[in-house]
Amino acid sequence: MDRIPILRMGAFLLVTIQVDMHDRLAETLQEDLAERVVSDEARGVLIDISSLEIVDSFIGRMLGRIAMISATLDARTVVVGMRPAVAITLVELGIPLEGILTALDVEKGMEMLEKSLDQWD
Amino acid sequence: MSVEQYEILPITAEEDLVRVRRATRVLCIKLGFNLVEQTKMITAASELARNTLVFGGGGEVQIQVLLEPGCAGLRLIFEDNGPGIPNIELAMKDGYTTGNGLGLGLSGSKRLVNEFDISSQIGKGTRVSITRWKSNIT
Repeated sequence: MDRIPILRMGAFLLVTIQVDMHDRLAETLQEDLAERVVSDEARGVLIDISSLEIVDSFIGRMLGRIAMISATLDARTVVVGMRPAVAITLVELGIPLEGILTALDVEKGMEMLEKSLDQWD
Repeated sequence: MSVEQYEILPITAEEDLVRVRRATRVLCIKLGFNLVEQTKMITAASELARNTLVFGGGGEVQIQVLLEPGCAGLRLIFEDNGPGIPNIELAMKDGYTTGNGLGLGLSGSKRLVNEFDISSQIGKGTRVSITRWKSNIT
């Protein structure tokens, strides 16, 4: 079965979504990430969606659930690289990405996670 | 107005949602939609295709290219033979849901397109048509 690779970078996990995901792949990612947050004792999750041409309500909800699950497991989630057209569409669609931290790119997202480490520890 | 029946795609499995998004994208580009217009139309197509699959128990989408003097449009007609929607007015409200979603599929999709048309018969199925126009083509 297809899986989206999860990379480890220090205390954080990095996921780059590069395919037009079908729904099952998105659900698998959610479960894989929860497992890895615990097994790697990760403190943060960085999700790069710069390759995603659209974020519909399903993917929006999935991102929200990943952020909630990670927070429950004591890790913060930052979504990075959202395209401008995707942001415009999401707002018009009415999908609230509430509770999800965002940053413009991977570097800024990493800085954000590192700052959150300093704050919480 | 001339209507070109472009293709009919089945929506009976999750993989079909990816196919519907791809076909929509190809035509949006062909019709000269800009990036935001493309993104809105593909997102609306994705929402409605998922409704057809999840709530309608599967169905199909007709893809049409509309040509009028001075403008072109892309129309997608989603049809299923599912249980139908008892109260369309209620279903079109933000936040209304019967499944595990946020219930924004219909009202949200309507905001992403120029024309939105829905009809439904209990026990027979639901038909949703969306159109996005591209004006001033030369």
